[in-house]
Amino acid sequence: MPRVPHVLLIEDDASVRDGMELVLRRHGYAVDTAATGEDALALLARPAGQDIELAVLDLMLPGIDGFEVCRRIRASGSTIPVIMLTARGDDSDIVRGLEAGADDYVVKPVTAPVLEARIRAALRRAEPVRVRPGEDTYAGLVIDRAGLTVSKRGTPIPLPPTELRVLLELSASPGQVFSREQLLRSVWEHDFLGDSRLVDAAVGRLRAKIEDVPARPVFVQTVRGFGYRFGPV
Amino acid sequence: MRRGSGPRKDAPNPRAPWKVWGGLRGRLLIGFVLVAVVSAVTATGLAYRESRNAVLERKQDAVRTDFRNRVDQAAADLAVPPDEVSLTRFATGIADGLGDTVVVAEYRTLRASSDASADRTRISRALRDAVRTHNRMSLQRVDRHGSPYLVVGTPVTFDSGTPSGLDVYAISSLRAEQDDTAGILDAVRDGLLPVLLLTVALALLAARTVLRPVRELGRATRRHAAGDLTSRVTVPKGRDELADLARDFNHTAEALETSVAELREQEAKARRFVADVSHELRTPLAAMTMVATVLDEDADRLPPDAAHAARTVSAETARLSRLVDDLMEMSRFDSGAARLNVGEVDLAGTVRNTLALRGWTERVRVELPDGIRAVVDPRRIDVVVANLVGNALRHGAEPVTVTLAASPGGDWVTVEVADRGPGLAPDVLPHVFDRFYKADSARTRSEGSGLGTAIGLENARLHGGTIEVANRPDGGAVFTLRMPWRRGEGAGG
Repeated sequence: MPRVPHVLLIEDDASVRDGMELVLRRHGYAVDTAATGEDALALLARPAGQDIELAVLDLMLPGIDGFEVCRRIRASGSTIPVIMLTARGDDSDIVRGLEAGADDYVVKPVTAPVLEARIRAALRRAEPVRVRPGEDTYAGLVIDRAGLTVSKRGTPIPLPPTELRVLLELSASPGQVFSREQLLRSVWEHDFLGDSRLVDAAVGRLRAKIEDVPARPVFVQTVRGFGYRFGPV
Repeated sequence: MRRGSGPRKDAPNPRAPWKVWGGLRGRLLIGFVLVAVVSAVTATGLAYRESRNAVLERKQDAVRTDFRNRVDQAAADLAVPPDEVSLTRFATGIADGLGDTVVVAEYRTLRASSDASADRTRISRALRDAVRTHNRMSLQRVDRHGSPYLVVGTPVTFDSGTPSGLDVYAISSLRAEQDDTAGILDAVRDGLLPVLLLTVALALLAARTVLRPVRELGRATRRHAAGDLTSRVTVPKGRDELADLARDFNHTAEALETSVAELREQEAKARRFVADVSHELRTPLAAMTMVATVLDEDADRLPPDAAHAARTVSAETARLSRLVDDLMEMSRFDSGAARLNVGEVDLAGTVRNTLALRGWTERVRVELPDGIRAVVDPRRIDVVVANLVGNALRHGAEPVTVTLAASPGGDWVTVEVADRGPGLAPDVLPHVFDRFYKADSARTRSEGSGLGTAIGLENARLHGGTIEVANRPDGGAVFTLRMPWRRGEGAGG
């Protein structure tokens, strides 16, 4: 019996919510819906919400908005991928959403194939990978490629799948420079002219968790004009 | 923030230095001086003529009377015909009572003069003829060697009135009279320079009273042209035309400011309305777009008519969604909310991506030199290039060529999209970037929203660049995206 991916839709407009639910159910997803951020957080906190694997989150919500919902999902320790629904060109929204911990975003109005592709890519990031089994240690940072855990000086650091993927991708070839486009293709599986802010935001969130001084990163370094590289530590 | 009616950087018509003297002031000055000179010269001329005439008349009358008396007296003592001695005595006798006068007496061929050295040519033939034929006193003014003389000639008649054959001429100098009248000219000449200086001063003063308000008006007008509609002029005191003009200017400026403010307010409202409408449309569209795939997927299982309807609804939903997207994008440009989200990219890669994404790689010839890295907003460049190439493929004819190049100076990068179609009609060229402009009715059902080129141009402008359009001499339209080449910190050279 194939595993049914379980998705939570957080969208205040009933028609849009129903449309998304209809399409996703048809394509074999288990769907929960919430009309407000409060409902969504309540649902995620219940035992029934524990097997939710991904949230599709509209930013424009009555009550607490999507940014706040995203922050609280992350604050609760949940690492499920969050895909934001945003209006095209509301650039500040995108940046704020990514900083709040979203992994990806789609622009409204979104077509079903696009939404599905994003959901699939996000879910794949959360699956275990066998890039290079083993444990690498860099100046106190331990990356367990088998167990997909990261710890620093013995303290485990929970990382959402996107940030973990970025770290795995970079640390697989220490010292090699990865362009933002490369990372978009390999981590997000974007096959279009992607948005490098996704990468920058993910790297920013990652640094906040693994670097001693995020402003002067040691592990994930910026190579101006080209991209990022891991180390040299 | 870019507004169509916003202040312009270029100041209109900066004042040229020649205008200081070649303008109103110069003209006023020349006018004043001309009037002064003409009136001075005219008045002087008239006065000179009158006084000269008066002086000469007086002199003539005096000479005539004296001369007649002297001739009458002397003639009584002269025996006719005279000999040279008696004739000379006769002439000298007349001259004695006439002061500085030479007297010449002529009898037939005999001539005698009171002054032997005198120049007799001063008696002209015309005078002689007049004296002989008219048989009366005649006079003539002659100039000899720069000196004016009055020559009076009279025949001596017998008491019966018949001519005796004796003619007497008196030649008296008019130098004294000339000097008298010349004095007037000297006086005027000496007085003319101060008068002229005074005139110039007055002209400058007049010019200043006229020019200062005019200049101020000019400055205010230029400020208006530069977009500052709040500028006003101080109204000069008094009730003259300049004060009226200043007042009228201020009223006009006020009216203009009010109506421009109203227009801007209306424009802002209209823009907000478009933005709001687009925004409101988006939610139902989001639902429709989402479920459109269901219609597409199940269309095959529907009856033919229903299938057709389902596919149409799905396709039109996609079009409507593009249109609303473009409307929102346009309204963001209009409201100045459009922002660049820049990153340093390799432009060749960006263009290749654009083509690959839309499946055009096989259909388009490219010249994309590597290594042109620039700081741009890749999403916006993608939109521009996709629109240009899409238009070329749709409305032009293949082969479509995309050429990336950097200017030799390294200041600009260009992306040129050329097709081999018929090119654009001359009446279409100026409107290519207009919103919803359709070159011909056949294109009203085109794929685009009608905003593509307008959005492309706005995207180029956001980068500080532009899009140019032209027809190639050998056929086909060429659109050129031209942007300043901003290099990133990581780019070498």
